[in-house]
Amino acid sequence: MSPFWLILLVAALALVGAVLGRRKAMASAGGDARVLHSLPNYYGANVALFVAAPALLVLAAWMVIQPLALDGRVSAMIPETAYEDAGALNLLMADVRRIAEGLDLAVEQGALTAAEARAAQAEDLRARLAEIGVAVGAEIDPSTLVAAQGLRMLDARADLVRTVVILALAAAGFAFTYARTNASYRARNSVEFAILLLLIGASTIAILTTLGIVLSMLFETLNFFRQYPASEFFFSLTWDPSFSGRGGASTLGILPLLWGTLYISIIALIVSVPIGLFSAIYLSEYAGKRFRGFAKPLLEVLAGIPTIVYGLFALITVGPLLRDAIASPLGLGNSASSVMTAGLVMGIMLIPFVSSLSDDIINAVPQAMRDGSYGLGATQSETIRQVILPAALPGIVGAILLAASRAIGETMIVVLGAGAAAKIDVNPFEAMTTVTVKIVSQLTGDTDFSSPETLVAFALGLTLFVMTLGLNVLALYIVRKYREQYE
Amino acid sequence: MTDATAETPRRGSGTGSLMVPDARTAKRNAREKRFRLYGLVAVCTGILMLALLLTSILSAGLSAFRQTTIQVEVPLVAERLDPEGNRDPAQMAKVTTFGYAPLLRDALIGTIESAGIETELDPRAIADMVSDESVAQLRAFVLANPGVLGQTIPVEVLASGRIDGFFKGRVTYQTAELDKNISPEQLQLAEALQEAGLLATGFNWRFITAPDASTTRPEAAGLGVAILGSFYMMLVVLALALPIGVAASIYLEEFAPQNKFTDLIEVNISNLAAVPSIVFGILGLAIFINFAGLPQSAPIVGGLVLTLMTLPTIIIATRASLKSVPPSIRSAALGLGASRMQTVFHHVLPLAMPGILTGTIIGLAQALGETAPLLLIGMVAFVREYPGAPWEGGLFDPATALPVQVYNFTQRSDPAFVERASGAIIVLLIFLLIMNLAAIFLRRKFERRW
Amino acid sequence: MNDMRFTERTVATDEVKIAAKGVQVYYGDTHAIKDVTIDIADKTVTAFIGPSGCGKSTFLRCINRMNDTIPSARVEGDIRIDGEDIYDKRVDPVQLRAKVGMVFQKPNPFPKSIYDNVSYGPKIHGLARNKAELDEIVETSLRRAALWDEVKDRLGAPGTGLSGGQQQRLCIARAVATSPEVLLMDEPCSALDPIATDQVENLIHELRERYSVVIVTHSMSQASRVSQRTAYFHLGEMVEYGDTGDIFTNPKDERTENYITGRIG
Repeated sequence: MSPFWLILLVAALALVGAVLGRRKAMASAGGDARVLHSLPNYYGANVALFVAAPALLVLAAWMVIQPLALDGRVSAMIPETAYEDAGALNLLMADVRRIAEGLDLAVEQGALTAAEARAAQAEDLRARLAEIGVAVGAEIDPSTLVAAQGLRMLDARADLVRTVVILALAAAGFAFTYARTNASYRARNSVEFAILLLLIGASTIAILTTLGIVLSMLFETLNFFRQYPASEFFFSLTWDPSFSGRGGASTLGILPLLWGTLYISIIALIVSVPIGLFSAIYLSEYAGKRFRGFAKPLLEVLAGIPTIVYGLFALITVGPLLRDAIASPLGLGNSASSVMTAGLVMGIMLIPFVSSLSDDIINAVPQAMRDGSYGLGATQSETIRQVILPAALPGIVGAILLAASRAIGETMIVVLGAGAAAKIDVNPFEAMTTVTVKIVSQLTGDTDFSSPETLVAFALGLTLFVMTLGLNVLALYIVRKYREQYE
Repeated sequence: MTDATAETPRRGSGTGSLMVPDARTAKRNAREKRFRLYGLVAVCTGILMLALLLTSILSAGLSAFRQTTIQVEVPLVAERLDPEGNRDPAQMAKVTTFGYAPLLRDALIGTIESAGIETELDPRAIADMVSDESVAQLRAFVLANPGVLGQTIPVEVLASGRIDGFFKGRVTYQTAELDKNISPEQLQLAEALQEAGLLATGFNWRFITAPDASTTRPEAAGLGVAILGSFYMMLVVLALALPIGVAASIYLEEFAPQNKFTDLIEVNISNLAAVPSIVFGILGLAIFINFAGLPQSAPIVGGLVLTLMTLPTIIIATRASLKSVPPSIRSAALGLGASRMQTVFHHVLPLAMPGILTGTIIGLAQALGETAPLLLIGMVAFVREYPGAPWEGGLFDPATALPVQVYNFTQRSDPAFVERASGAIIVLLIFLLIMNLAAIFLRRKFERRW
Repeated sequence: MNDMRFTERTVATDEVKIAAKGVQVYYGDTHAIKDVTIDIADKTVTAFIGPSGCGKSTFLRCINRMNDTIPSARVEGDIRIDGEDIYDKRVDPVQLRAKVGMVFQKPNPFPKSIYDNVSYGPKIHGLARNKAELDEIVETSLRRAALWDEVKDRLGAPGTGLSGGQQQRLCIARAVATSPEVLLMDEPCSALDPIATDQVENLIHELRERYSVVIVTHSMSQASRVSQRTAYFHLGEMVEYGDTGDIFTNPKDERTENYITGRIG
């Protein structure tokens, strides 16, 4: 039975259980709902919960575990002579799975009968599978077919056991709660406990996501370092991947990418920090109500614009403008994509980010500080520069770190504005590239998850993640400490 | 005390009068003015950049919403399009676009002649003035309506990208001299056609509804598949992120005890909010596609990735909204004997709903504009087929997304795609504007002051 | 507590330092100060008393134009210091505030070192030609605020690390450092414990020798302890003004009497 129908069946059973449970509770109360501990519907919900929840949880776990468990047994069927290393075995197993699925599909569509599928021969199978739209890469090896047939058999057997186990669980859940259902049973507490578990489950998704990010990148990164020396990756000054198929060794050094990333981020900060900070100061200390009500939302619009829009702005407007107005006349280069283009546009993107964070922080400085300074005869700018900004400094540093983390992780602006050439240069009008650009280019198009050229993207991703995480944690810590100071 | 020595004299004007500003104060006031000016300049720079950004996109992209078409009377010669003569669409489908192309070319020449326009262009150059896409459209139309065979029907065909560009000011006689795709003579003919009323530029619905077109046919490229794909992803995000986000917020705000586990969740949420979006793309690729085996380019995977990205935003907004419901409401419900769960679901949650919805809309708007993670899960693929309806498994069909379509357009060499990319951004910005206005409207309408 | 003082309560000088005539203050639509006319003498401690919200702090903030920093506030009437109208267009509030120092209700030292707190005013007004002069101003001011002996070994320590009473004396030192002629104190002891209050009150008594001190307080006993002259404010109006001894022993207005005897307030 397919999981879909199994879920539907369990749901139907839960519904029946709910009706029965509610009825039994009412009966035990002599038809008077006031005698019940909880409202009648809680009794129904409680039974449904006990029928569905264990069954569905086990089903979910089963669906994850079954392929993993079967893989081990099936790969044992393939003779060791058929493959050279773990990577080749993976590819082979993918074939086995595809063939097994193809056969199942063929039976489903009626192209083959169940018996024909079991007896299928390696020679003509590829063509027959192609007819129903299942493409198998190479000619099918008999040993692969044996493994595929083995997989199908094991799968079918496991599916049968699964159906039986799930339905038994549902029945057991029903029997257990139905027997306990009576007027004094605390159905509401039981249901509410289940809801609480659900709420906790929802909040753990944040942890699972982080875990997923770290683990998925960590495994592939370790994979990468098995094929490519870590010291080369971290210390080589060259980034020169060979394209798959053409042979030749790649040099995959992260330093040129880090250089580009940092260079662009620094330009972005040089643009955004003064403008953002001065905007925040002006809007919170000087601007009249009307000007503020008009300028603040406008600046915030900048924050709501997707990064792809900035990317296009860099590509079609800023890049050509910088090239024609500055770079070409000064002989600094003739590329529209450049560190300067990307940095400038990213700086614009970060203005509202810096300004709204700084605005919060400046407003958190107590009015008493301002009064104290004005009372001594300080002008507004003296007060801002010598009292407010020093007081707000930790918070502003935190904001700048957060902006830096944004800049380092930004992708679309650099993809469209910075260029693809990995090099270490000081001329800001040269095209350079960043970590994020290379993640995109190594993971789009044809990817081969056994080659270092693809896997390097995960190592880049992990490096990026660690860098931004460090900045974020530091920034949040500083900002939190700062807030506590004035609370 | 050392008082006697420390009577410091007042600086500047010796009189000590307030009416006479001393030199130092004047200097300080000048500095004050300068400082204030820097602030004003900074704000104005920000606003100016916004204006520049929007003008640049609008000026490059508005023309995508207009399209040049040519009116042609096409005689649909039955013998050539249906050699078997039985009007069976399956049989007729064997005639490829190569069968239709000469027909359209001859029709175009005929139209030109009957309008009394003289031209020395050879038939091939004339045929090049219409989009290759028009032939395919004509064929699709005939296959859908076999009954029109044998008749002469008026067809509105797309002009080629260069002709279209000419009427939008992108192509001129000077550029045509250097362009092997167009000649000045063709432009002259186009102008003559316009004077004869056969060529016109009108609103371009196809840009919004049609699927993408190949790299050589910018004039036919549309956003239909991308808009649908984005819409599907938003459905997934809404269906997953809203309930999960609300559930997580309720737990953290109303039930969570003060302990290490709660701290861990909180730290994770605030960090996820600042993780670069491309990292979520890597997660999607590794977990949803490579591990769970979901299909590439599918809205479901995009939706899942965007859900994980949007969750922190929704959780932060929802928690703020729950926090703003005063404790007295909770005490009142608890005092009547409601359980904590009932209190939250019957009283607190409904009161917090407007804030939650506002936060959700803003989260969705963020997700709609997100590009980088989608590149990694294969949504850059060239997709011409509309995905099926959601209940037919359309969420698992290949599709693209609006912002990714923009990126896709920018990767093509024909300059007409710059116009398309900017036009796509205008569409994207309009959607974002609508969503943000909805959020503002909700906030204004339901805003409650306790 | 300090009965000695009553005997020496003599107004040292009758020279008028601050002359206010028909002052009105509005916050938006609220009429906060209604037609206040008062002459404040030099080298005297003048106390403003009255129930909370009666406008005494608002009036105090008019004297150094601190109300300018509140956008909705509007001041009418005429306030003169040494005969010069401080609301005249030619007057720079920055210059005015150097002449009229202010100490606030809650101690508000800047998050800087003790030295930087005191030297802030002299620095911005350019009162010292060199570091030695600045050092001297800091020392003198701290001595005048009776804080020098407690902090002389840790001038580099942050001002926020001092105790409440020390912080308030630091703020007084900070105000004194710009060599003002008038010192406005807005309930300077309300956030302090009794011992710190005593120290500050003693200090006020000494400050009178050099400055015209105006102090807002809602503690009548404090007014009687530190001031020579007292003005009673009620609902934005100045009801009665006279020698402190007279006001407390022989109030002329019924409202003043009610307040002093504890019936309102």
